[in-house]
Amino acid sequence: MKFKTFFWFVAPSVFMMLLFIAAPLVSVFLQSFQITQPVLQQVEVETCTPGFLTQTCTTELKTIPIIDEATGKTLTTTEWVGLQSYRNVLQMDKVWAAIGSANFGDIWQIDFWKALRFTLMFTLITLPLVIGVGLAIALAVNNAAKSLRGPVIFISLLPFIITPVIGSLSIYWLFVGDGILTAALERWTGQDIAMFAQAWTIELLMYFYRVWHVAPFAFVIFYAGLQTVNMDTLESAIIDGASRFERLRYVIVPHLMPLIIFIALIHLMDCYRVFEEIVGFRSQAHVISLQWLTYDFLVPDDAGNRAVSRASASAMLTMIGIVILLILPLRRTWRDHKGGAH
Amino acid sequence: MSKATAQPLSLKVASGAFLAFWCLLAAFPIVWIAVMSFKSPRDAFDANPLNVILGPVTRATGNGLSVPDIILGLAFLFFAIRWAFTGLPRLVERFTPPGLIVVGWLVGAAVYGIVFVILFFGVLPPVFDIINSILGPLGTPVLGLTTEHYVAVWGENEFYRNFMNSMIVTAGVVTISLTVGTLAGYGLARSGSNLAFWLLILALIFRALPHSVLVAGYLPWFINSAEILRPIFGELSPTLYGQPWAVIAVLVSINQPFTIWMLRSFFQNIPAELDEAARVDGCSHFQAFRRVIMPVMWPGVITTGLFSFLLGYNDFLVTSLLLDAQNQTMVPAIAGYFNRETTTTDQVEAVAAAVSITAPLFLLVMVFQRQIVSGLTAGAVKG
Repeated sequence: MKFKTFFWFVAPSVFMMLLFIAAPLVSVFLQSFQITQPVLQQVEVETCTPGFLTQTCTTELKTIPIIDEATGKTLTTTEWVGLQSYRNVLQMDKVWAAIGSANFGDIWQIDFWKALRFTLMFTLITLPLVIGVGLAIALAVNNAAKSLRGPVIFISLLPFIITPVIGSLSIYWLFVGDGILTAALERWTGQDIAMFAQAWTIELLMYFYRVWHVAPFAFVIFYAGLQTVNMDTLESAIIDGASRFERLRYVIVPHLMPLIIFIALIHLMDCYRVFEEIVGFRSQAHVISLQWLTYDFLVPDDAGNRAVSRASASAMLTMIGIVILLILPLRRTWRDHKGGAH
Repeated sequence: MSKATAQPLSLKVASGAFLAFWCLLAAFPIVWIAVMSFKSPRDAFDANPLNVILGPVTRATGNGLSVPDIILGLAFLFFAIRWAFTGLPRLVERFTPPGLIVVGWLVGAAVYGIVFVILFFGVLPPVFDIINSILGPLGTPVLGLTTEHYVAVWGENEFYRNFMNSMIVTAGVVTISLTVGTLAGYGLARSGSNLAFWLLILALIFRALPHSVLVAGYLPWFINSAEILRPIFGELSPTLYGQPWAVIAVLVSINQPFTIWMLRSFFQNIPAELDEAARVDGCSHFQAFRRVIMPVMWPGVITTGLFSFLLGYNDFLVTSLLLDAQNQTMVPAIAGYFNRETTTTDQVEAVAAAVSITAPLFLLVMVFQRQIVSGLTAGAVKG
């Protein structure tokens, strides 16, 4: 295919990606060094209250935003503030104070570090669980009678396809207040349980939700992979006296290895932007994630202002994280490409 | 299967039990919220599961089904679903002009859905009342069931507006991202150049970006777009914030990396000899694409379209930040229920709204299970 034809085929797609993905990235990068504020002016205001004989008048200085006469909007200025927004997000002074006084727990009180800890733990804990559960379901389905497989796949796809916010809400409703599962747990342990009153129980439910949501995806892919396992290799393993577990460990898992890496990669990307769970479980008071932090800065506060520069700073920090996570797999792809795989 | 690979009974039982447990786990939360949505608030959040299922409080307020009602209702459901797979396809095929089969199906499905809702929620309840009054003791209700929350959600709270917005956004996302994506996917599949490789890698990096990063980039521009664009478009320049079509453009772009990867792997499965033959016969690349490739690419396009649909339909972050309250889609709108969640009635209404959002997805899996599975595996094997 000539370059010109190729260009016209991919142009619309590339144009959209440049306009709506690359350009916003540049914009976020610049915004993170700027701060946009309303222009304030100090006005002397005299307020009088009726009093006996004479009015009581007080004058005071008030700070109010200047309003543009023509458009009726508040005037704003944009200043370059360097790393100020990053400092506001990272709050390194508090971190150093916490380290200096050896109160490491205090670090997790700061929003950004709290979010970072949760996001990383969430990603790393759910990853092996998703792969393990997905593989277990795939093996079990492969074992089941042919007529059962269709319905089982249908049921398994439901958690995968459900809207993430709704999925986490559906689990939230099972446990909220004296929901049936909380009541069952209380009867079982004999204790009064409130699942949404402390961070660690919420986190457990979130891990559970994510595994429930993603395991079907891993299952379907592993199941497809299992159909192509080389039967001859399996049989020779049996002749060599390999036990069932050894066959799984040395024949099936190596065969599925590319798929495991694929799932791990996708899971890293998706888990790193954990967000819907926070909304569904309404856990913002206890557990937050990096993407939720940016979202929270972007939502207008009571006065209708959005903290765009702080959001940009936290977005840039989030990006740095995903770049670090992806460097290794990407380097491998590049080496494969160099090696002439294409 | 040979004797050596035969499994001991214990293993078979264990694997079967595990599978049954998984199916229960997978379906339970979804089935349970569906049950909850039909009960009065006290029943829905009762600590005793039996009370949630049977709904004594709901029954006491006069909303209940007797045994004949249940049998009749189930029979109606059974025939309705069966007809959807037998009668409906025949009708659709008879009444659609050739070449518009997709449109015919969309119209057919919509009409079927409307008629179903009218019959099930409008006609059946009065019929049940008559039956129960005739039957006497047999007609005493045993199962509490009420549709009042659905009526409240769709009627009073005007959820249909959110539904329409969701439909506009998803339809836009699916059509545009498929149009743009098939062209790019075809180009990438047929070009072995280094540039194509780097484009794909770039797309992979874009796929990894958290969406909030991008939205932080859009927001200031979208809010002030009227002033920024004024020098170019004059008085017609729009404020992009709150515009569904702006959100469609954003979601299409976010979805592009995934779309082109997936379509590329589908196009690679179509033998290149096919379009080479067309080229020999004197077609240009575009003609070859339109006349030779387009007729055979539908399975891949349908699968990719399904995933685009899911992205547009399930999105919370982008739509909640870039659309305002007037044209909010369904998923962010449900978050509105938490904020004013003062009574338990509101909570059950939120449950009913959640079930309403899930129902179309349920139908989607039922109809397109095969395509979803093939899409998932195609991405893995090639990607």
